[in-house]
Amino acid sequence: MSDDGIAGDADREPDGSLPAGVSRRRVDGDDRLCTRGEPVYGEPTDGEWRAWDAGRSKLGGMLELGMETGLVGGETALYLGAANGTTVGHVADFAGPTYAVEFSPRPVRDLLDVCESRSNLFPLLKDARRPETYAHVVEADCDVLVQDVATRGQADVAARNRRFLADDGRLLLAVKARSEDVAAAPEAVFETVLAELRETYEVLETRRLDRFHDDHLGVVATPR
Amino acid sequence: MTESDGGRGWFERAGSADPADAAETVTAGTAEEPRDWPALAVERGYVDAESEYYDRLREATTAAARAAAAERERADDRQLLHAVRAMDDAERVANELAERVAEWAGTLFPDAGTGVEGCLDLAERDPDGPVEERVVSLASRVADLDREADELRAFIESRAPVAAPNLASMAGPVLAARLISLAGGLETLAKKPSGTLQVLGAEDALFAHLRGHGSSPKHGVIYTHEYVRGTRPEDRGSASRALAGKLTIAARIDHYAGDRRPELEAELNERIRTIRARAEDGDAGGDGGGSDE
Ligand SMILES: C[S@@+](CC[C@H](N)C(=O)[O-])C[C@H]1O[C@@H](n2cnc3c(N)ncnc32)[C@H](O)[C@@H]1O
Repeated sequence: MSDDGIAGDADREPDGSLPAGVSRRRVDGDDRLCTRGEPVYGEPTDGEWRAWDAGRSKLGGMLELGMETGLVGGETALYLGAANGTTVGHVADFAGPTYAVEFSPRPVRDLLDVCESRSNLFPLLKDARRPETYAHVVEADCDVLVQDVATRGQADVAARNRRFLADDGRLLLAVKARSEDVAAAPEAVFETVLAELRETYEVLETRRLDRFHDDHLGVVATPR
Repeated sequence: MTESDGGRGWFERAGSADPADAAETVTAGTAEEPRDWPALAVERGYVDAESEYYDRLREATTAAARAAAAERERADDRQLLHAVRAMDDAERVANELAERVAEWAGTLFPDAGTGVEGCLDLAERDPDGPVEERVVSLASRVADLDREADELRAFIESRAPVAAPNLASMAGPVLAARLISLAGGLETLAKKPSGTLQVLGAEDALFAHLRGHGSSPKHGVIYTHEYVRGTRPEDRGSASRALAGKLTIAARIDHYAGDRRPELEAELNERIRTIRARAEDGDAGGDGGGSDE
């Protein structure tokens, strides 16, 4: 383990919002968010830690920006829009049982590779707009619902999947403005999405993710 | 919770302990509401402990995802097959109908053009009287068919790279779709030897050759590829063999693995460069001097 006096629990103060199992470490000369697990996309590693690239991951961006995700490590997680598993692999590194929903068959092959080395990661080739097609598999009272579906109707997807979340659970949502309306100003799109979201969730925090992802809004919310 | 679901989890529907059955219920089952499935699985005697539950869950979900992904991709290549056949039909019918329009329009409009182009122009005209009305209307059907063919082409161009990424990138999306269509699907294409892929679409010439007429065809639809057409005649046999060889590998990777392998394309480019360099060396060509056309 590299010890430049950066990692280690005593020094976690500035990153008080990082869950156990996620740590800021020096990798390849840079300070990087890291989790412990098999590398999956050629990311740099330091011993058993692998860098979590916030530029490739909305949740990584939310953590980098210090958003209060409420994550502590070990939670039961439902992840919507898993794609090739880049982010959900990191989630499975620090969380407990992790359900990964993705509806496009092409990235699922890569996702299966990520699952290979993670016994707590369960892939589901399903449409997130139809939770009844996976409610017989995903357990009730998940601690966290992560959503990054980049499709029209992002607030609606979050509302439909409310049923999986414990009453005190957290929704960690990345809203992509262009998925809702390519022409409209992102701020206007975010307002509309948040208004719809507030029908089922209480919004705790929002933050533009532009430093890592153009025209994306990070949202932390809890069921109403 | 609905009555019909009865609050049953994926593990309770599987007919047996067989993982394939469990995967099937993961794929096909439904429930209105989630429940504490791990605890219920223990309580209902499916497993002894939650850790065992998660092991079984992992087996079932990975098997289901693998099978469902493979099946959906197959469905994608079926769509391509229909789209490319429909595009060819739309083009053929448009051309046939355009001939009829040209013949008829010639008696009414001295300046009428011919072919689909001529119809596009006629379709814009203001008809005068019932006869012109019929001709202009017919021309506009041709214009519609022509537009439909364009849209089908655009559809193929967007879908082929998903259904067969390597094949589409090396053959071009339309030729990739044609090869899939001629073979009857990506899976059958992937199982064909490269000599068969090389002459797909030249069946008539091949049968004539087998019956003793004509020479053996050196290429079928892959002739439309720039690497064959743009190579001098005496080297076209080598070029189409090289192209067919790499496209066969591409189809196999697309069917069995699905990831992009840019190095395959680089190898093909290199091979074609070598073949074309013969022309500069003043070499007589590597195909036994036979002409290809
Ligand atoms: C921006 S990508 C996700 C990237 C991923 N979260 C990561 O960081 O590694 C969005 C994904 O959502 C998927 N998606 C879009 N609509 C969906 C739906 N209705 N159900 C499930 N997945 C969906 C897309 O296929 C795509 O893979």
